[in-house]
Amino acid sequence: MPVESLFSRLEPLLPKVQKPIQYVGGELNSTVKDWDEATVRWALMYPDAYEVGLPNQGVQILYEILNELPETMAERTYAVWPDLEALMRSEGVPQFTVDAHRPVRAFDVLGVSFSTELGYTNLLTALDLAGIPLEAVDRTDEDPIVLAGGHAAFNPEPIAAFLDAAVLGDGEQIAIAISEVVREWKAEGRPGGRDELLMRLASTGGVYVPKFYDVEYHPDGRIKRVVPNRSGVPSRVFKHTVMDLDEWPYPKKPLVPLAETVHERFSVEIFRGCTRGCRFCQAGMITRPVRERSITTIGDMVDAGLKESGFSEVGLLSLSSADHSEIGEIAKGLADRYEGTQTGLSLPSTRVDAFNIDLANEFSRNGRRSGLTFAPEGGSERMRKVINKMVTEEDLIRTVTTAYSQGWRQVKLYFMCGLPTEEDIDVLAIADLAKKVIKAGREATGSRDIRCTVSIGGFVPKPHTPFQWAAQCDHETVDRRLRELRDALRGDKEYGRAIGYRYHDGKPSIVEGLLSRGDRRVASVIRAVWEDGGRFDGWSEHFSYERWMTAAERALSGELVDVEWYTTREREEHEVLPWDHLDAGLDREWLWQDWQDAVNDVEVEDCRWTPCYDCGGCPTMGTEIQIGPTGKKLLPLTVV
Amino acid sequence: MVQRLRVRYAKRGRLRFTSHRDISRAVERAVRRAEIPVAFSAGFSPHPKISYAGAAPTGVASEAEYLEIGVSRPCDPDQVRADLDASLPPGLDVLDIVEARSGSLADKLECSVWELRLPGADPVAAEQAVKEFEAADRVEVERLTKKGMRQFDARQAVRSVAVSVRADTTAGQEPGQPCVILRMVVRHETPAVRPDDVLMGLRLVAGFAPPSSPEVTRLAQGPLDATTGEPADPFDAERSGGDL
Repeated sequence: MPVESLFSRLEPLLPKVQKPIQYVGGELNSTVKDWDEATVRWALMYPDAYEVGLPNQGVQILYEILNELPETMAERTYAVWPDLEALMRSEGVPQFTVDAHRPVRAFDVLGVSFSTELGYTNLLTALDLAGIPLEAVDRTDEDPIVLAGGHAAFNPEPIAAFLDAAVLGDGEQIAIAISEVVREWKAEGRPGGRDELLMRLASTGGVYVPKFYDVEYHPDGRIKRVVPNRSGVPSRVFKHTVMDLDEWPYPKKPLVPLAETVHERFSVEIFRGCTRGCRFCQAGMITRPVRERSITTIGDMVDAGLKESGFSEVGLLSLSSADHSEIGEIAKGLADRYEGTQTGLSLPSTRVDAFNIDLANEFSRNGRRSGLTFAPEGGSERMRKVINKMVTEEDLIRTVTTAYSQGWRQVKLYFMCGLPTEEDIDVLAIADLAKKVIKAGREATGSRDIRCTVSIGGFVPKPHTPFQWAAQCDHETVDRRLRELRDALRGDKEYGRAIGYRYHDGKPSIVEGLLSRGDRRVASVIRAVWEDGGRFDGWSEHFSYERWMTAAERALSGELVDVEWYTTREREEHEVLPWDHLDAGLDREWLWQDWQDAVNDVEVEDCRWTPCYDCGGCPTMGTEIQIGPTGKKLLPLTVV
Repeated sequence: MVQRLRVRYAKRGRLRFTSHRDISRAVERAVRRAEIPVAFSAGFSPHPKISYAGAAPTGVASEAEYLEIGVSRPCDPDQVRADLDASLPPGLDVLDIVEARSGSLADKLECSVWELRLPGADPVAAEQAVKEFEAADRVEVERLTKKGMRQFDARQAVRSVAVSVRADTTAGQEPGQPCVILRMVVRHETPAVRPDDVLMGLRLVAGFAPPSSPEVTRLAQGPLDATTGEPADPFDAERSGGDL
């Protein structure tokens, strides 16, 4: 049964919308397969605007891997802006893929990658435009399996009602495994309909099917337990970990959009996982252990990716890129290789203590020496002990001073506000730190032409971290501290004008907190917000705190819980958390001990270089730390 | 920079929705992929020496867009034409390349030929509106620009408008239906008069309002030939081996 392209119906709408190019597809390295050539068809969605979604590594990797399978195809779909949404509704054009403009509902699987919870309302828009019932229980065999992945899927409970399934962790191998289950089921003539397909997926232990689990509550509203409601469904669902990144050198052929996107470069993950142990960092907890990609694979990927794409910048991605055991050799090798070719290198996520100036010099050799960014996260030494971000003031001042004296003029410093145990004095310490940075910079350079920007946002406690039990700071306190910090910075005659200040106010963090640590009762809030017009909650011009609070009051009116209960309430050690049955490999007792250590300002070292601290990650998942050095070097390429 | 190559290219089909910024990124990447030895500007933040002359608006297709590439070693224009065309996405198609031998490319692009397909419009009303428009000395129209609402004359820049009727191939319309087509020669002036400004002018002078948005294509650009009233080929000087 061929599926027709919707493009001829979409095209007349495009002159009437902003940036129509984002909807037409045709990106370099995109793939369009014949519909009938494949038996397993995936629509991959990034639930945000095209300009944010297209560069997403997760989607690009899965898109390429699935399209390499002979009987499988994958196309992409993104959130459409409200101007096009309105036209699609009035003209009856359903949610489409950008590759061949096929209707999303015709696919077997709609895989949605959630980097952040703020994409939940966009999921509902896409389902509704696609003609797929919002609630999983209302779907028929004519609807795709709606499958969530990405970091937010480590607690999918707030959107459990809208999902058929969720997958935790690295997607490469499990996406192939799911394709195989779907292929077999279809080859057998779809026995038992979508319920049996979901059962087959659930029984592998690697796919979470929310409707096969019941949540029971205590009379006071806390969760009593989460249990399978049928036999053959495992009581715990585990995350997936790809162990050898050299075997999965994706993306090989990066998508090159015509539209402008947020990252205009070829990005290569140089390792996955991080064991620095920053307690606020969900990514660092759920992606353990550290698995490095080897210097030679990185070199090959950069070479092929640049040739395939024509990009003029390479980004070396990871959670803390300067921590790669051979980062110096990688930087030097790449800088040598692309000398004189106007190819820039960038290294996002650099720790102050791992940074060294030789590295920075290599990275800026073929490009601009614009700005450096560091994330001390906490303003006071005590605060940094609480969050286990072991960066001393001396480290920071020394690093920044060296950077200024080597020609950098601008340094950005990232912080969080509202961290556990935080007091006003901890936030005001940021002002002192920034002033010391400028003072030291002026002394080192003899120039007043240096700047420092303080960037700060509200902290949100996340599942599967030691802070999962913590009370989130209320937005009034966060906003007051942010104002006081602003006054302390601006009011300083000597240094104030050299220090920039950027902040995110506390209200959006409360909504993010509700969605991050919410349970199944939060689904009605999300739905109410969406029905009231909530879209693109990650965009300040679309986000409405009042809309969320009004919807929450209405939707939770019959419940024993409210927004404060989910956000600013500290949890007891043995309270059942909504995600306890979803296993990220972390030992619950270790997390609790780390939470207690945090409160007592006790730090924990990185297990890459010190003995194991028994977080549970490796033994539970059967994994181990994979780091170099390999001792190899990048060979020069012949550059024309 | 040892050589300047002048490129005529088309922007077709769904690629008509690219903006001039989208096109410049696509061209820069295609040049890198095709390993064309583009020259770079000197200085703190070097940029490839590629300049674009009068890009058609977003949503407007074109058979006659122009750009100029400075290269750091001599290239065979035919080879560059093949390499660049292969490297650009389908819909951005290289039509012609010559080595620059004469004055500024932008100066040669004095006027454009535009074709507007107006599905569902009444041919008689279109004829009448064009007559009234051509009879007027000035037709003041308004357009929202980056600097706010701006008023200007849309009449003086228009050299000619011809009305014809052809079978429709416009997106979203029933195929085979007769469709009104306006073909106009418009001089490039400041502020620029665009096809939709002329359409606005037709509405203002005669109440002519097509039922759906027009599909617009630029057919040609070049120096205005006073005898024919049409643009000549801006590559004429290069082709005749003219002086520098």
